[in-house]
Amino acid sequence: MALSRLTSRSNGISRPLSTAFGRFISTDTTPITIETSLPFTAHLCDPPSRSVESSTQELLDFFRTMALMRRMEIAADSLYKAKLIRGFCHLYDGQEAVAIGMEAVITKKDAIITAYRDHCIFLGRGGSLYEVFAELMGRQDGCSKGKGGSMHFYKKDSSFYGGHGIVGAQVPLGCGIAFAQKYVKEEAVTFAMYGDGAANQGQLFEALNISALWDLPSILVCENNHYGMGTAEWRAAKSPSYYKRGDYVPGLKVDGMDAFAVKQACKFAKEHALKNGPIILEMDTYRYHGHSMSDPGSTYRTRDEISGVRQERDPIERIKKLVLSHDLATEKELKDMEKEIRKEVDDAIAKAKDCSMPEPSELFTNVYVKGFGTKSFGADRKEVKAALP
Amino acid sequence: MASLLGRFCRKLVVPGSAHGSRMVSTTSCDSEAVKSLNLYSAINQALHIALETDPRSYVFGEDVGFGGVFRCTTGLAERFGKNRVFNTPLCEQGIVGFGIGLAAMGNRAVVEIQFADYIYPAFDQIVNEAAKFRYRSGNQFNCGGLTIRAPYGAVGHGGHYHSQSPEAFFCHVPGIKVVIPRSPREAKGLLLSSIRDPNPVVFFEPKWLYRQAVEEVPEHDYMIPLSQAEVIREGSDITLVGWGAQLTVMEQACLDAEKEGISCELIDLKTLLPWDKETVEASVKKTGRLLISHEAPITGGFGAEISATILERCFLKLEAPVSRVCGLDTPFPLVFEPFYMPTKNKILNAIKSTVNY
Repeated sequence: MALSRLTSRSNGISRPLSTAFGRFISTDTTPITIETSLPFTAHLCDPPSRSVESSTQELLDFFRTMALMRRMEIAADSLYKAKLIRGFCHLYDGQEAVAIGMEAVITKKDAIITAYRDHCIFLGRGGSLYEVFAELMGRQDGCSKGKGGSMHFYKKDSSFYGGHGIVGAQVPLGCGIAFAQKYVKEEAVTFAMYGDGAANQGQLFEALNISALWDLPSILVCENNHYGMGTAEWRAAKSPSYYKRGDYVPGLKVDGMDAFAVKQACKFAKEHALKNGPIILEMDTYRYHGHSMSDPGSTYRTRDEISGVRQERDPIERIKKLVLSHDLATEKELKDMEKEIRKEVDDAIAKAKDCSMPEPSELFTNVYVKGFGTKSFGADRKEVKAALP
Repeated sequence: MASLLGRFCRKLVVPGSAHGSRMVSTTSCDSEAVKSLNLYSAINQALHIALETDPRSYVFGEDVGFGGVFRCTTGLAERFGKNRVFNTPLCEQGIVGFGIGLAAMGNRAVVEIQFADYIYPAFDQIVNEAAKFRYRSGNQFNCGGLTIRAPYGAVGHGGHYHSQSPEAFFCHVPGIKVVIPRSPREAKGLLLSSIRDPNPVVFFEPKWLYRQAVEEVPEHDYMIPLSQAEVIREGSDITLVGWGAQLTVMEQACLDAEKEGISCELIDLKTLLPWDKETVEASVKKTGRLLISHEAPITGGFGAEISATILERCFLKLEAPVSRVCGLDTPFPLVFEPFYMPTKNKILNAIKSTVNY
């Protein structure tokens, strides 16, 4: 992420620099220790400490990236309502801390696989705004060449395995990736993410059993936003303690709205998985939007609840308070940063709008490996419609 | 063979408009009370009647309690209570397995799978458990009370996982029935027949028509027989066979073909397994030509079964090869949906080439 402007003011002493130059950028890696909002609750393991090592750089990066993610999702909302994005669109605003905290402690060799709420994870893995909006609008410069849409973002060079529509299907897949990683001995892990709705899928338990049996470096991350589409967790699960559901697999419950708690938990989980096999992380988080753009999100929960969470637990607000209390930037500078972000997002959207749709011949590409020579027929076999390349 | 003569005039407005389509059927008697309903309301009425008439029937699935994502189950939980209409966790395999168990104890389980695209985790339960229960227990047990309802088919922007037509997979399984209605009036009658049929039934509802199709639906309890196809348009030059939402498209093609002097006979199969071979055979013996159309990909689609059977039975009467106008052999695409779909023009071209063979 590009460094944004900020002041670094040493405590109490005002800087004698001329304001004509404006504030200058500081690449300050001064360490800061931050306490997580809540202690971790552990199952079959010792919870990590509440003190998280961070730096001024990281704090500001967190703010900037989360604000970018938030802005991107809100922009996607407007684009969907303007019918530029069609199909289904599942927005991640409110849950940004999970994506950010995770990215802070892993490498591009560690794999992430998730369900359909994947825009921000893709961004965290190094995707660009342009690719996001192009894919959402179905254009050929999108990350999946416009053929996937909102639910199917992938990024091979960052080991981001997507973007899956069928609930729960990505978890056994993720454990399979972990299996491969163990073979290759690259000290890498896989984060298989799923929601509280998917936690009741049978295939999850199959994947857990095999991972535990074979000591795979898989970390199952349950993003518990308390609603499986319209069904509240207490109505879908006998035990809503998702971190305990692994039974013989250790688990950790984390405040998913606190990016530093997420960071600490993921660091702990990676170390654990490389030594001892699978672990479950339950991220207690919340989504402000409905399940998707077709869901108003207010028929099964009250507006008071949504605004309550926004006031008390919003992840960006929390980082903002930390930035201000550590004197890393002023309110105005943060507002300027947000303005810059808004512009960045708008520019990306404008560029994506100019991009063209994929060629009609793309309908037939990548069904099989190239050169397979299958024919695809349409109306009346007398006309051969197309040969699949 | 039931030949309910219905001359339908169906004006289907382009999807996305606020108006539904009106369909006029001459088959309802004037003395019946009828109401103009769309597809999801007709299904809703059928479910109300089913639960009313049999105290041991249950409706369950994901999110059905508040009415379901397509409103098909509105009002049921309030009227019949949470013991009979309830939500399940997100596990299709569990839902269907649970339904089979309930049905095996003599209850009627009406299970909802939220989208047909999600039915595959339950595929094993349906194929290996539900379909074979009666057979392998020597008729000691059966799960005939099981009905699985799922919305299927394209909606214009559904993409890979909200548009699939999986009927062909299920038509390959002896032991279950596969039923697909084309309109609100048909849906209510067929759903009631499916629920009351003593065999497990998979009932696919064309989701595109949930709001788009509007028809006069009788308010009383009525059933439309299964495994009886209906000739919904009479003609003499070519027979067209289809089901579900695709019939609307085929009808447009028939109207266009008529302007060019080709008289088309259109048959709604209604039940795909077991399907009414006699009706189709009689029609093809009359016209000498057959065209089948469905949204699912062409290779291995149900059109292949119809084509092979008719070929066996009507070989000498056929004037042209059997034509199939179906989806392409690709996963259901996102932006390319208009190219993928068997559209009216593709059907019209195929009608013309078959007639001019």
